[in-house]
Amino acid sequence: MRVRVDPEKCQGHNRCYSLAPELFDVDDYGYASAAGDGVVPPELEDKARLAAANCPEYAVIIEEG
Amino acid sequence: MAVEDWATDYDIFDPEYCADPGPIWADLRERCPIAHTERWGGSYLPTRYEDVHAMAGMVPALSNQVPIVVPPVPLTDPVTGAVIRATPHIPPISSDPPFHGPARRLILPAFSPQAVARHEPYTRELAHRLVDAFAGRGRCDGAVEYAQQIPPKVIAHLMGVDENRGDEFIEWVRGILELGATNPELRVATAQKIFAFWGAEVAKRRENPGDARGSGGVPRDDFISELLRGDLAGRPVDDEHAMATCNLLLIAGIDTTWSSIGAALWHLATHPADRERLVAEPELLPTAVEELLRVYSPVTMGRLATEDVTVDGVTIPAGSRVLMNFPAANRDPRQFPDPDTVVIDRAHNRHVAFGIGIHRCAGSNLARMEMLVALSVFLERIPEFHLDDTGAVTWCGGQVRGPRALPLIFPKA
Repeated sequence: MRVRVDPEKCQGHNRCYSLAPELFDVDDYGYASAAGDGVVPPELEDKARLAAANCPEYAVIIEEG
Repeated sequence: MAVEDWATDYDIFDPEYCADPGPIWADLRERCPIAHTERWGGSYLPTRYEDVHAMAGMVPALSNQVPIVVPPVPLTDPVTGAVIRATPHIPPISSDPPFHGPARRLILPAFSPQAVARHEPYTRELAHRLVDAFAGRGRCDGAVEYAQQIPPKVIAHLMGVDENRGDEFIEWVRGILELGATNPELRVATAQKIFAFWGAEVAKRRENPGDARGSGGVPRDDFISELLRGDLAGRPVDDEHAMATCNLLLIAGIDTTWSSIGAALWHLATHPADRERLVAEPELLPTAVEELLRVYSPVTMGRLATEDVTVDGVTIPAGSRVLMNFPAANRDPRQFPDPDTVVIDRAHNRHVAFGIGIHRCAGSNLARMEMLVALSVFLERIPEFHLDDTGAVTWCGGQVRGPRALPLIFPKA
């Protein structure tokens, strides 16, 4: 599984970062991006789904694979 | 005048709407999802999550130049005859692109999660101090003595202003938003007081930019000092922009958060099972805060249609004002199962209490931190509390909704 943040949609709500700080980074302005290469370790897959399901902008994208 | 049909004649100041708008929104959502009224100068009111989401993206067709919808009338200065804006200029909430982006980037770093964490120790100490004052009494007004006290003092702390000015902040915010909403003269008089205050704070820092706190009493690491050193699209920040931005923090950062803290305390006072669960499982608090924000969202922002806009089959003509009903969107059953129930551990919660799109509340991390600390300290110090039936709970409505009187009783500590 991979996670990414659509920079066109992210408005800096920080919901993903607060729910799954292992998987996301936020810049000085609060905008989020996937941490590292975005690959989600199996034990964090539920957290990744939770982050996606709480983004009010639908900016967190999960790629199963 | 009582409302007969909410679809064509809603009134956001009606006592029934202030006390519990949920059933009104539920009716409108099915019968007339975008309602209209001629009251208070006229406006449109969406109630579905999907519509509110779509409308937040209609920039600049739905413009932010009038975020406060009522009162509508521009006023005339009695002395000069000049037209006075009834809504103060408060960038970036009152800005559209392209100016909006730089004005927003100027303030966002002060409200990042890391920046906000710096104010947590003060907020915690303040919350304890407030509880100290009433814990031995066995009763308090949770709105006036607790919820209402926290945001103005945290904002004063953040801005490098004496926390005792917090009491005046409360009066000013009510003068603009609550009492001023239906009293334009009061709103203008209050705005003039606020500008004089920020003008003096800005001037003090301009005269003495390098002084450390304590040397001459002028702070330098506070929000206002940072603002004056900031960059606005490649240009230095002038006094006018700095004062208007200070104004934004005052208007957007105080009664909003106090309404959220107060509504959360009201919920916990009236839902003992949720209160007991949070006392037993404090690790649920961050999730609970999001859910309480969803069900008791305090803020309805305004927009102005600068062209004809069609949403959900309804055409909103150019020149119309729109109430971005984030609170109603958050109760839409199409998005939230069992929407009127607080599910303290609701896992999937795309709530829009802080708005969505480019105008997402810039202070949302600060508001969350204040709510979390306020609830965590209250529950730790006073784990068992109820409404005092001898007093009356009152809710204020309009564009910011929350309890204004919240009598609570509890075992003396």
